[in-house]
Amino acid sequence: MFVQRGSSRSRVAIAGALSMGLVFGLSACGDSKDEEPGTGATSLAAIDCTPYKAFGDLTGKEVSIYTGIVTPEDTPHKESYKPFEQCTGVTVKYEGDKAFETQILVRAEANNAPDVAFVPQPGLLQRLVQTGKVKEAPAEVAANVDKFWGADWKEYGSVGGKFYAAPLGASVKSLVWFSPKEFKDSGYAEPKTLADLKALTDKMVADGKKPWCAGINSGEATGWPLTDWMEDFMLRLSGPETYDKWLKHEIPFNGPEATKALDAVGEYLKNDKYVNGGYGDVKSIASTTFQDGGLPILEGQCSLHRQASFYAANFPKTAKVGPDGDVFAFYLPGETADSAPVLGGGEFVAAFADRPEVKAFQTYLSSDTWANVKAKVSAGWVTANKGLDPANLQNPVDKLSAEILLNPKATFRFDASDLMPAAVGQNTFWKQTTAWLTGQDTKTTLDKIEASWPK
Amino acid sequence: MFTTASTTSDKLLQMVAAILLFAAIIGLILFIASRFTGKSDRAVAALYLAPVVVMLSVGLLYPGLRTVYQSFLDASLQNFVGFDNYQRIIEDPEQRLVLRNTFFWVLVTPFAATGIGLLYAILVDKARGEAFAKALIFLPMSISGVAATVIWKFMYEYRPDQSNIKQIGVINQIIVLFGGKPQQLLIDSPLNTFLLIAIMIWIQAGFAMTVLSAAIKAIPDDIVEAARLDGVTPWGMFRFVTVPAIRPALVVVLTTIAIGTLKVFDIVQTMTGGRFDTSVIANEFYSQAIRTGDRGFGAALAVVLFVLVIPIVVYNIRQLRRSEA
Repeated sequence: MFVQRGSSRSRVAIAGALSMGLVFGLSACGDSKDEEPGTGATSLAAIDCTPYKAFGDLTGKEVSIYTGIVTPEDTPHKESYKPFEQCTGVTVKYEGDKAFETQILVRAEANNAPDVAFVPQPGLLQRLVQTGKVKEAPAEVAANVDKFWGADWKEYGSVGGKFYAAPLGASVKSLVWFSPKEFKDSGYAEPKTLADLKALTDKMVADGKKPWCAGINSGEATGWPLTDWMEDFMLRLSGPETYDKWLKHEIPFNGPEATKALDAVGEYLKNDKYVNGGYGDVKSIASTTFQDGGLPILEGQCSLHRQASFYAANFPKTAKVGPDGDVFAFYLPGETADSAPVLGGGEFVAAFADRPEVKAFQTYLSSDTWANVKAKVSAGWVTANKGLDPANLQNPVDKLSAEILLNPKATFRFDASDLMPAAVGQNTFWKQTTAWLTGQDTKTTLDKIEASWPK
Repeated sequence: MFTTASTTSDKLLQMVAAILLFAAIIGLILFIASRFTGKSDRAVAALYLAPVVVMLSVGLLYPGLRTVYQSFLDASLQNFVGFDNYQRIIEDPEQRLVLRNTFFWVLVTPFAATGIGLLYAILVDKARGEAFAKALIFLPMSISGVAATVIWKFMYEYRPDQSNIKQIGVINQIIVLFGGKPQQLLIDSPLNTFLLIAIMIWIQAGFAMTVLSAAIKAIPDDIVEAARLDGVTPWGMFRFVTVPAIRPALVVVLTTIAIGTLKVFDIVQTMTGGRFDTSVIANEFYSQAIRTGDRGFGAALAVVLFVLVIPIVVYNIRQLRRSEA
């Protein structure tokens, strides 16, 4: 107790120093965190309130949030707002809804929008901005984003050259899950290039294993893991510039680059020697849910499973996730060892109101302060905010994701299907790659998606 | 405030407010009507009809006409595109598949469900434990389509063919018991569509049975007795007495199930989400209008659905009139 009170006092002192305008306040703050690893209310309470003073007296005001982030992930979010609420006296009203992605459009059009929405896809952000209800991001938020994020992230939150939404969380999709124990026992090494990955797979086949497992069944979204596979290979085989052109439809969807990427995926997923460990033949990928896709790793029936960082939550609580645990992930390598393309996703904070308390809250969410507070209270969460101290992250996969995201050599690209028009990204891309897996050839598949691109 | 009730007490409050509002409006109408009593029947009739007319126009007629109008617009409802959306429904191979599946549904479900319901009604008629037997087949009717589909997932569920893994799907377990290999039942088209149709039949057979059983019981005993005296065979009784006597009920059951089947959405959405070539019009409408955001095309699909329902409804009403005449 005494220690905590003491630390609280020292934090108040630091906060006071900051408010007096000491430039090195931020690093001092980081240091104090190293001294005091304990989490809990006292450490959360001590943030620097200065940036929010400029918005005037906000006591008693309310900010409403609407988001698709529901229980249990909503609790750390609510926790992370407390320091802001204590600073400003604002009450943050949180509303989580699984049907967020369709409902937010309805609510925006019906003039019933929340103050703030966490939008998980830049494509959806565009549609929201088109309703004319989204407010441009305040200057304070823009300044934070310029300081803490790469230009690519700012671009994803912009529509038509105007900056609307600051990034919030991020997820890394270029990960391959594996069993550290199996790798150690069989003498496998984490691959550093795509060729390594292929060689590793062949070695596993030679050892009598079915190396890969996958599952793409996800109700009406069935097929989305396949689009991630294809995007990862598109990014690796043809490079980020071509990837950008492809998702903006400046080159056709069914061009030689895309054909190469999908065929490369086919070498893994449509190969009966490689799949589907623990589940059966190629077609069983279609009837396996994405949640079940990687579970055979725990039973030793499958060695490799390509899926995003958030997949950690799907392993049972009894399985230890970590470099020395039952299951962990490695970075899906680039073509060469020194290239580091990263496919990922994230949410963006769009505001439908420009009252001072809303602006203050947006500023808080885009700060390094919030990123570190959030990191301390959550597991299975990461951000591309450069102000994040990876030491604050709670679990090993989050730390790995943060390392990948914050690696200066990394070329981050957003999940292309989230950026394409909904007719493609939320419909034919999923549907046709599913048909491709159950037998349709690459050319027909890509031609059909190309034909569905809105004119 | 009234659209964003989030707590239980808010919702209850809303419900009470809505009921009070309804009661107030009815009270107002009754009050005004009482002023008119004895003066003009037409005025009173108009007064009672007014709320219905208003609600139908606001809730049905206006959205209907608007949907027809939107079906001639593009994805964002900005530009007029003529008959392009309809052309796409007819020409796009994907959409043709949707039409084909819908055709399968409408062709198979009403006849199979009615046939099973009729057979069951005749079999259990006047048998011992009739009420219990009827309750059994009527039960599926009382659960929602989504729940029924979730139940049926455990019929079709597939687990790989490996020694250490047990099948959890009933059908695959039976296949394995007889020494076969487990099948991925929901992947192959068009088989998967028929497996989905089976769920609808399971739900609707109870409805058919209930209505037809009541109709069979209503056949006058003297007709049945006269037929018996003439020495009719059981088949002859069915063919020449029962079926003609319950014909109006049969038509109502067939058409009602056909209309319900045309609009089927929950089963497809829950089981496959329309994947593996199982989509039907209502599911495709949702997918295009809501998820894809192609609202013009979604509207066109809704109109096609509407147009397909009309002949069945017209036939239904005609048969009703004829049987009344």
